[in-house]
Amino acid sequence: MSNEAVLHAPAEAGLHQDAHGDHHHEHHHHETFISKYVFSQDHKMIAKQFLITGMVWAVLGGLMSVLFRLQLGYPDSTFPILQDLLGKWAEGGKITPEAYYALVTTHGTVLVFFVLTAGLSGTFANFLIPLQIGARDMASPFMNMLSYWFFFAASMVMLSSLFVETGPFSGGWTAYPPLSALGDASPGSKTGMDLWLISMALFVVSSLLGGLNYIATILNMRTKGMSMTRMPLTIWALFFTAVLGVLSFPVLFSGFILLIFDRNFGTSFYLSDIFINGVGALPNEGGSAILYQHLFWFLGHPEVYIILLPAMGMVSEILSVNSRKPIFGYMAMVGSLFAIAILAFLVWAHHMFVTGLNPLLGSVFVLLTLLIALPSAIKVFNWLTTLWRGNIRFTPGMMFSIGFVSLFISGGLTGIWLGNSALDIHLHDTYFVVAHFHIVMGVASMFGMFAGIYHWFPKMYGRFLNNTMGYIHFWVTLAGAYLIFWPMHYQGLAGMPRRYYDYSAWESFKQFTELNRFISTVAMIVFAVQLLFLFNFFYSIFKGRKVTTLNPWGSNTLEWTTPINPGHGNWVGEIPEVHRWAYDYGKDGKEFIGQTTPVGADETHH
Amino acid sequence: MEAIVKASESKRIHPQKFTLWVAMGSIIMMFAGLTSAYIVKKNQSSWLEFDLPVVFGYSTAVILISSITIHLAAKSFKAREMARYRTLITVTAVLGLLFMGMQVMGFIDLEARNIALTGAKSNSAASFLLVITGLHMLHVLGGVIAILVIFIKAYSSRIKNYSSLPIDMIGTYWHFVDILWVYLFIFYNWIG
Ligand code: HEM
Ligand SMILES: [Cu+2]
Repeated sequence: MSNEAVLHAPAEAGLHQDAHGDHHHEHHHHETFISKYVFSQDHKMIAKQFLITGMVWAVLGGLMSVLFRLQLGYPDSTFPILQDLLGKWAEGGKITPEAYYALVTTHGTVLVFFVLTAGLSGTFANFLIPLQIGARDMASPFMNMLSYWFFFAASMVMLSSLFVETGPFSGGWTAYPPLSALGDASPGSKTGMDLWLISMALFVVSSLLGGLNYIATILNMRTKGMSMTRMPLTIWALFFTAVLGVLSFPVLFSGFILLIFDRNFGTSFYLSDIFINGVGALPNEGGSAILYQHLFWFLGHPEVYIILLPAMGMVSEILSVNSRKPIFGYMAMVGSLFAIAILAFLVWAHHMFVTGLNPLLGSVFVLLTLLIALPSAIKVFNWLTTLWRGNIRFTPGMMFSIGFVSLFISGGLTGIWLGNSALDIHLHDTYFVVAHFHIVMGVASMFGMFAGIYHWFPKMYGRFLNNTMGYIHFWVTLAGAYLIFWPMHYQGLAGMPRRYYDYSAWESFKQFTELNRFISTVAMIVFAVQLLFLFNFFYSIFKGRKVTTLNPWGSNTLEWTTPINPGHGNWVGEIPEVHRWAYDYGKDGKEFIGQTTPVGADETHH
Repeated sequence: MEAIVKASESKRIHPQKFTLWVAMGSIIMMFAGLTSAYIVKKNQSSWLEFDLPVVFGYSTAVILISSITIHLAAKSFKAREMARYRTLITVTAVLGLLFMGMQVMGFIDLEARNIALTGAKSNSAASFLLVITGLHMLHVLGGVIAILVIFIKAYSSRIKNYSSLPIDMIGTYWHFVDILWVYLFIFYNWIG
């Protein structure tokens, strides 16, 4: 069978072709531009589509944060350029309160869902799953393609919401009612919120299509010899990520459906007879806004792990490869991923400690929340011991992985503060929370993503990223991230609430005027360095140093047994058979032993 | 070829079938979310108690029967009794549509009893019934459309298809939405 022919029978076992599978191959030899780059069903191309769309959103979302940081850092100044950029949203060069909230909301939504979910899982699940388990493509390449195009549609709808008359939704990324349920509540609650909901519904469909496929592929399409316990940790992490998504996004969806009914059909799921300025008392009766919070956070908490786990998986792999040592405690790593995935469903109410939650119930959630520290600590310990006395190669990918570990420790520790309901009464909705989740989720996962890009870029494009630019990118981003978010802990401890437009109006927060200005300045520098990364990325696609060997990192995993620029179907001949786990580094005096090498008779056991 | 396929099929679940099972898990989560919300809401103030539409009992019978017909359809397909197969999937699809019609009659019945499902006068007890039942109907509709697709395939003489995968998968899905409704029916009556 030719490579193309094999493609049409993706699984070795159990997959039969339809009666006329044979005449298919003929047409597939000449791929058109459209079928290769646009409506591609090749998992590698779809991965790149996710990545680049995610990067566009990262730039837009990052730019939004620069804009609202400008307001926070310089509340008394005007910037005429803002009026040129934003028009009526920055009349006289000062961002209006409506625009400020719209920017914060869109920044949050876009970074959480479009960049760190679609851009991260979408990219690396698509790219790495078939390559690392030894499959020609996903279980359903067609569904995979749909997954991207639903994401694209979601992106377009969200983008269009930036241009409507009343502006995009402005009630925060969590979209709590009544702001989200009531068009009269704020300008952004009108068309902007409708578009937000449509966009997010499309996004949920995209995530589900993707997740189903990832799970089916990992469980059914592994090559011969690739038992579950021989899979690289990247695949385990992407697997649990997909499971989390498939089980939690539908619950968010049900929350959205009830929200749509409240918005459009006058029902009272979330709305009650509250009094709205300028509208009067609502006719609704008996609705509970807290109900939405339960449904939202039942997704919302797993979602933060959906964002984090892929980063954890890639970091585990990259740390081991570049320490030239086996990952420490492979089974403990899998076990802790599993524990995190289970616990992720049992802690959602820690976002709701101050909603009048029954204190007894609250203490149950405190206990379950603090339990997460256990598997998290196991992972940190194993990463550190993997590094310990390793023969470390400080590639940019490795630097970002080590940076990830640092950030995860810093941000995880503040989680333990917040997980205590008594402390949370003081800390809830302050900058302490902002600092916590930006470090542990935002920046850490971003680092995981960068690590993945630097490490697998040679496989994606057959060229290397420029190292010097990589190191500048790393150091400025790491230092910048700490300089931005570390001081926010102090602001939060001092009681500075999140989501305020102008802190200089409060006597007690005037002390932070200088600090806010400092944070805003660093934010702009860090943003500028991301542009350097973008330049590096696109420049290197065309002009980067060429990859000349199959396995430039001396890595054990299967993706490095494919040709330098693999075609659709990945391997030219047979899919290789796997004989060992992915982490035989420095074993029996050999620097590394690929997964395809049969176990020798005289080999020691690990 | 057929024989080889059969042999390996029994060993390992087909990836598409597997995907369907995971998707059903996903759908379960959606309804679990909604019925949990229902319980939370019921335990708060101003919950309207009312009798379920009687027609829901009959629609339950209809969807149960449709599960039997689709099961028989799959059996006929494998026995290559194509005429019987075509009749049975048609009957199944019609029963599915009938089921949906009866659910709508249930909604009309409620409105007639002055129990508003939507709008300012509505109580979320009734609105929940509408949303959950309506969503379930959409899932039945999905099944009907899937049947329509294999129905067209069964009538077009050009396409010869000997794979029982589609009918098997639709059968599984159909039983699933059936059981889902039985769960919802029990939930409305005795749990929620
Ligand atoms: C030991 C581990 C962790 C604990 C105990 C913990 C605990 C908490 C608690 C109690 C809150 C609510 C604070 C409040 O709103 O008052 C919170 C917020 C948050 N956490 Fe964590 N967390 C942990 C790790 C993580 C990780 C690993 C991530 C993401 C990858 C994460 C992401 C978030 C996010 C996004 C929020 C804020 C959402 C919002 O209100 O907008 N946390 N965390
Ligand atoms: Cu949480």
